[in-house]
Amino acid sequence: MSLKYTEDHEWLQIDGDTAVVGITHHAQDALGDVVFVDLPEIGKSFAAKEVAGVVESVKAAADVYMPVDGEIIEVNEELRADPSLANSDPLNKGWFFKVKLSNPGQVDGLLDETAYQQLSAS
Amino acid sequence: MTPTANLLSTPLNALHIELGARMVPFAGYSMPVQYPAGLMAEHHHTRSAAGLFDVSHMGQLHLTGPDAAAAFESLIPVDVMGLGVNKQRYGLLLNDEGGIIDDLMFVNRDVANGGDLFVIVNGACKHGDLAHIQARIGSRCTITPQFERALLALQGPQAVTALARLLPGVEQLVFMTGMAAQWQGADLYVTRSGYTGEDGFEISLPAPIAEAFARALLAQPEVKPVGLGARNSLRLEAGLCLYGNDIDTQTTPVEAQLNWAIQKVRRNGGARAGGFPGAAKILAQLDGSAPLQRVRVGLVGLERIPVREHVELHNAEGEKIGEVTSGLLGPSADKPVALAYVQAKYTEMGTRLNAMVRGKAVPMEVSPLPFVPNRYHRG
Repeated sequence: MSLKYTEDHEWLQIDGDTAVVGITHHAQDALGDVVFVDLPEIGKSFAAKEVAGVVESVKAAADVYMPVDGEIIEVNEELRADPSLANSDPLNKGWFFKVKLSNPGQVDGLLDETAYQQLSAS
Repeated sequence: MTPTANLLSTPLNALHIELGARMVPFAGYSMPVQYPAGLMAEHHHTRSAAGLFDVSHMGQLHLTGPDAAAAFESLIPVDVMGLGVNKQRYGLLLNDEGGIIDDLMFVNRDVANGGDLFVIVNGACKHGDLAHIQARIGSRCTITPQFERALLALQGPQAVTALARLLPGVEQLVFMTGMAAQWQGADLYVTRSGYTGEDGFEISLPAPIAEAFARALLAQPEVKPVGLGARNSLRLEAGLCLYGNDIDTQTTPVEAQLNWAIQKVRRNGGARAGGFPGAAKILAQLDGSAPLQRVRVGLVGLERIPVREHVELHNAEGEKIGEVTSGLLGPSADKPVALAYVQAKYTEMGTRLNAMVRGKAVPMEVSPLPFVPNRYHRG
């Protein structure tokens, strides 16, 4: 298991050829109170950088990008019902979707914790 | 990160930063969009207790002289000359095509007897408004901008309790009236009005005492600071227009359904009918002789999906028949609410329309305004 990040403020918890994806603490803080999430359909495949979902606060809407090539195998129905989980627990209960990686080697190109902290502090 | 070099700041800037506000550029000023409590908590606090807003970016103007009321009446489709002393009205500056240059509030502070008309306009429009007013009526009255004065709004059901501790007597005001007040030797002017749909006050005061007065208000147990984010969600739930979104120079007051702001005396058959810019067009729209191409309506979402500005509205046949101008998930309404312009035949209450959100049709219904009942203190 390893934790990686994207420049678009998503995190990935990687376990073999699957990964759980969510938005970072920094992202939820910038958005403010999350009131709506649009989650992708299970079974749908996306290329890296494609828009896979949407997260909205009262004041703003933001796209959630697919961090790597893959297929959606699970989505967080609890988050759909209670979008505020993205604020209160972004790294655990606030996860968005689970992906089967098409190319597990792609994750090596993502940011590690140190690199992401530097990016989000700048 | 944020370009702040050319931004102005209000007299409360240091206090906002001390309170942990997230500052954003707005109308040329660095303004608090939210405090650490967050937009949702600030919104609910305003509806349940009292929220303090810094609206010092707005423009304050004084119009003086014996002809000031008649002169101002030539710019807006509103009964100025018949307005009682210390009474406040909503008004609209119009261009010669009947489009809205800005919306505003004004108070008659006994202008007929050496007082003034006290006018408050939007921050983003204030320099243009001043130039417009100067150009049109500068020879008929004296126009004095007071852009350096501070303006605070205290809004919510407990605003009266909190403010009356500092300014005894304000509890006797009713909605859309005002009074002069003194605080620590400074001259304040307080109106019982605001832009949230709640009971509340706006307080005009000199910049040097603004921070001390704001701190005195924040020391009251009912009061918490509220940012521009919640100001927007509160005004939208109250069905109130945001200049630049819901009204602009391409919109007439009738298209915007602000007919209530045009008193009978300025309409056809009234004693002082017309005589304002765009009068022919606006009066024809009012009496129905000129059909409306587009009309402002309220919409509520039938699914829990926010619908935002610029989203297209389609009829059942998939034709575009309108566009959303403001929209969000209303924190108190607890559902998506929006203001939109639609073709006149789609304005019946309950009409179903589809908002096209990210390519998907989201059903909405034409709904009465406001979305959350007003709670003004009418006495």
